[in-house]
Amino acid sequence: MSNHAAYILAAYLVAAAILGGLVIASLGARNRVRRELAARGLEKRR
Amino acid sequence: MVDLHFLANPARFRRFSQRVLPSLGFATALMLAVGFYMAFFVAPADYQQGDTVRIMFLHVPAAWLSMAGYALLAGLGASLLVWRHPLAALMARAAAPVGASFAAVCLLTGSLWGRPMWGTYWVWDARLTSMLLLFFLYLGHIALSRAYDSPERGDRASAILALVGVINLPIIKFSVDWWNTLHQPASITRLDAPAIHNSILVPLLWMAVSLLMLFVLLVLLRTETEIDRRRLENAEAAA
Repeated sequence: MSNHAAYILAAYLVAAAILGGLVIASLGARNRVRRELAARGLEKRR
Repeated sequence: MVDLHFLANPARFRRFSQRVLPSLGFATALMLAVGFYMAFFVAPADYQQGDTVRIMFLHVPAAWLSMAGYALLAGLGASLLVWRHPLAALMARAAAPVGASFAAVCLLTGSLWGRPMWGTYWVWDARLTSMLLLFFLYLGHIALSRAYDSPERGDRASAILALVGVINLPIIKFSVDWWNTLHQPASITRLDAPAIHNSILVPLLWMAVSLLMLFVLLVLLRTETEIDRRRLENAEAAA
């Protein structure tokens, strides 16, 4: 990929880290809140 | 036309989101996988930019989505302030970090494209500066919505910021026409035909649709979480 490969790969890695990180953080936050709701009997345990 | 008003109720929205998210997640992963394949193996190198054009498949959709995300925040802000829509505040809280992330992707990938093409990571030209301002507006929205003990006050303050900041969107769009910038003028969203060959335009639009799906997925997922979080807070307050 020519001599610009480092910039191209860095761009895709940065995007994957930011957007992938947001997906993981969002899923983690949802599971945490659901667990707290379940602990208070407001949500069925999954 | 599909009537979306039934989603205005947070409980109904939550049920809708729980039904839609698994299939949307699968479709998004599939679309992104095909998009990355097209970006790396199908699209040709550009005659001027060479292989760095592959960065554009991320940079351009991220720019579009960060601007669309802010327009969504402004719409939700108006909805909250004018109609006191029960879901608007929760969705705005959910959407702001998603928009900020896409703005960050746009700025960083643009910077990584700029170094080999312009010889610098950053210049203070009108397009780049207004885009950086959009990123700060997102950060301001996130900070303001969490700055008050009462979530309702935070929601109102951030809604006002969203409405004031929307003036930045036409500035970003037309900055390349109004000022003499290093950033190139519009090549896709023009009144006449796009100035890009189909071999590059198709992967670009494919990635735009894939990232739009990811954007929607994240907003739905985070809105669902915000609804649950508000339920939890209400339960704690009632205890």
